[in-house]
Amino acid sequence: MDTILKAFALVTEPYTLGVMLMAAMFGLFVGAMPGLTATMATALLIPFTFFMDPVPAIAVIVTAVATAIFAGDIPGALLRIPGTPASAAYCDESYAMTQKGLAERALGIGLVTSVIGGLTGAVVLSFSAPALAEFAIQFSSFEYFWLACLGLSCAVIISTGSTIKGFVSLLIGLFIATIGIDGTAGHPRFTFGSIELMGGVSFIPAMIGMFAISEVLRYVASTRKPLPVPQQSMGSVFGGLGPILRKYKTNVVQGSSIGAVVGILPGAGADIAAWISYALAKKRSKTPEKFGTGHPEGLVAAGSANNASVAGAWVPAIVFGIPGDSITAIVIGVLYMKGMNPGPMVFVTNPELIYAVFIAFFIANLALLPLGFVAIRMSRQILKVPQRVLMPIILMFCIVGAFAINNTVFGVTVMLILGVLAYIMEENGFPVAPAILGIVLGSMIEDNFMASMIKADGSLSGFFSRPIAATLGVVTILLWTAPIILALKRMVQSKRQPQR
Amino acid sequence: MLNRRKFTTAATIAAAGFFAAATVTPALADYPERPITLIVPWGAGGGTDATGRMIAGLLEDELGKPVTVVNRTGGSGVVGHSAIANAKPDGYTIGVATVEIGMMHWAGLTELTGEDYTPIALYNFDPAGLIVSADSEWETAEDVVAAVKANPGKHKASGTGQGGIWHLALAGMLADAGAAPDAAPWVPSKGAAPALQELAAGGVDIVTPSVVEGAALIEAGKAKALAVMSDERLGAFADVPTLKEATGSDWTMAAWRGIAGPKGMPEEATEKLTAALEKVWKSDEFQDFMKGRGFGLVWKPGDEFAQWMKDSDASLGSVMKAVGLAK
Repeated sequence: MDTILKAFALVTEPYTLGVMLMAAMFGLFVGAMPGLTATMATALLIPFTFFMDPVPAIAVIVTAVATAIFAGDIPGALLRIPGTPASAAYCDESYAMTQKGLAERALGIGLVTSVIGGLTGAVVLSFSAPALAEFAIQFSSFEYFWLACLGLSCAVIISTGSTIKGFVSLLIGLFIATIGIDGTAGHPRFTFGSIELMGGVSFIPAMIGMFAISEVLRYVASTRKPLPVPQQSMGSVFGGLGPILRKYKTNVVQGSSIGAVVGILPGAGADIAAWISYALAKKRSKTPEKFGTGHPEGLVAAGSANNASVAGAWVPAIVFGIPGDSITAIVIGVLYMKGMNPGPMVFVTNPELIYAVFIAFFIANLALLPLGFVAIRMSRQILKVPQRVLMPIILMFCIVGAFAINNTVFGVTVMLILGVLAYIMEENGFPVAPAILGIVLGSMIEDNFMASMIKADGSLSGFFSRPIAATLGVVTILLWTAPIILALKRMVQSKRQPQR
Repeated sequence: MLNRRKFTTAATIAAAGFFAAATVTPALADYPERPITLIVPWGAGGGTDATGRMIAGLLEDELGKPVTVVNRTGGSGVVGHSAIANAKPDGYTIGVATVEIGMMHWAGLTELTGEDYTPIALYNFDPAGLIVSADSEWETAEDVVAAVKANPGKHKASGTGQGGIWHLALAGMLADAGAAPDAAPWVPSKGAAPALQELAAGGVDIVTPSVVEGAALIEAGKAKALAVMSDERLGAFADVPTLKEATGSDWTMAAWRGIAGPKGMPEEATEKLTAALEKVWKSDEFQDFMKGRGFGLVWKPGDEFAQWMKDSDASLGSVMKAVGLAK
């Protein structure tokens, strides 16, 4: 109880609340601008968090992400262009509502379900993370090795596009992670005599490059016309929402829980949560034929799911240092920078900081209600900001951010190289998320493998010698072999068929 | 507010950097004339970072110019130590040199040694501890050594990376007790915190970081300290016996931290920094901070610090050769 009070005091400091308010406005703006994602919002905030204490630094990210995910609905509904990938699943649906003259209804649903979803995610995070940490304190290198394997496998399986391309992307990430002094023998790898490279590719500049620089490049390369200005005038945002939410309350609950669970899975974030929740709502609906024609049911389900996943993704990030989505991949870097090294130990050493993060989630989502309302009313003005002004500003922030992490130009070089790499990868259909996970988890998987081998005197059976490790190992191996077994089964069946 | 101050500091530095580039290097009559950068070769949240930031804050009050901490991490300390040694020796870039400066060159990672620096002062000294899990059957350091001797290779130990300072502490302790230095195989970890987590999880049996680093886990009732590898007991952990008291062994090993600049710094700057640092070190604020966190206090300015680095280098080299960690 004492810890929670201390945490509460940390979050409600005027400075913290002030920067959270600014972060919310920033998040709403970035989310509402098509092409600028919540992940990019996080990357752009890094140079600012550099000058803050741990709690405001993390609270700023929490707030910006929560608001950005909602704001992505705004251009989705008004222009049929999702502001962030998380709104893509129901963009057609909300635009159909706009065409019926119900733009404010679509955005109102988006706002209220975002708040409900976000709060549900925050509850899931606040209760499951400490419980999981209590359990995870018993984890040794064997368990961490399997967890990291599971994380990487999920990243490939869930990633968008082909599994092969996802796997290639993962290998690129793992290669980048091998650069630097290796953790076990202390020997430099791929450093070519460079002292800077001995420290490895630090992942915050890498992340800024892969998410922000690649987007700037895409803008430069595209022949996109300036955004049309929405013509709709806004009516009452909250009017008539009550009956809709009451009617589809199961969708809200279902969407929020799907979102939280998808968020916890490594590699899958708000966008995938929204797609799954929307599809499931359609499948379970009594009136699936109405989907896509401006029907609120899918909006309710998906709108709550994407915001719920945001908090869910923090569970593995804080407890194991395994990112639940691309945003938390950056957050892990910030946590290390602030001395709040993720892992169960942080719950022992700095519990008040962790609880402060949880409280920040609740405050951010509650604040979303009034601030989101203002954003909806101002949506036409927001969408008028020209991208050709925005992109150079983003580039500038990226360079400052990459430099500030270590006060070295090397960070800027890393950022630019990986930005170009990510751009080339995405243009050719290689998803970037598995590469990110490879960079973040590469050393974790290697160090824990080597440590485990030393502990088990070189015997592989050590990986199954502890009950939790054995369970995790079996699950991972099943995950790897399931597609092969299924393929074999299909082959056998198709061979039999002609004989019949 | 700390945050606001950090921000202004950064802004001042940016501005100062700009003007410094535009003007000719000024005479050193009034050193320091502009902000000073303090490079910390280890990450935020660790002991080196905490003490470095404390010193920077107090030094700022003493010198009347901002002192900014910059973490240059990675490469087992090579990156940051190189950054200090390669900085312009004008007194405006200094850093925290740590015990690793006497180890990295033996491991073949760099050419740098303590001789590549202008020593300013040694301020801290933390001996290694011998820590086991709270539910371990071992009650004394004697038990640990006996068990490792009886079953070489069975009991695993951790505390830092392969060949790191705490690895040497263990290897030297075992060698001194007449066991093979690798009788308790070393499980490399990314620092003391993950090693302590392994200890709590039952993944390793022994850890040998400084007792300060294990304090949180010891207070949480998950670990116990059996010995400290120094000549005297530590003030903050007075109930933990020295290794000599526990086993009769003369073996000691400690990590240390000092402030140093690149070689060839102007004498005036060195003198001014040493004087300011001495005031800082003697201040109640610094003493209370160090004692409160359990950090060991020691003061050796200038030449004494140079001699200290030399001795440390030689003794680390002989241990590393003896246990096969030197290249």
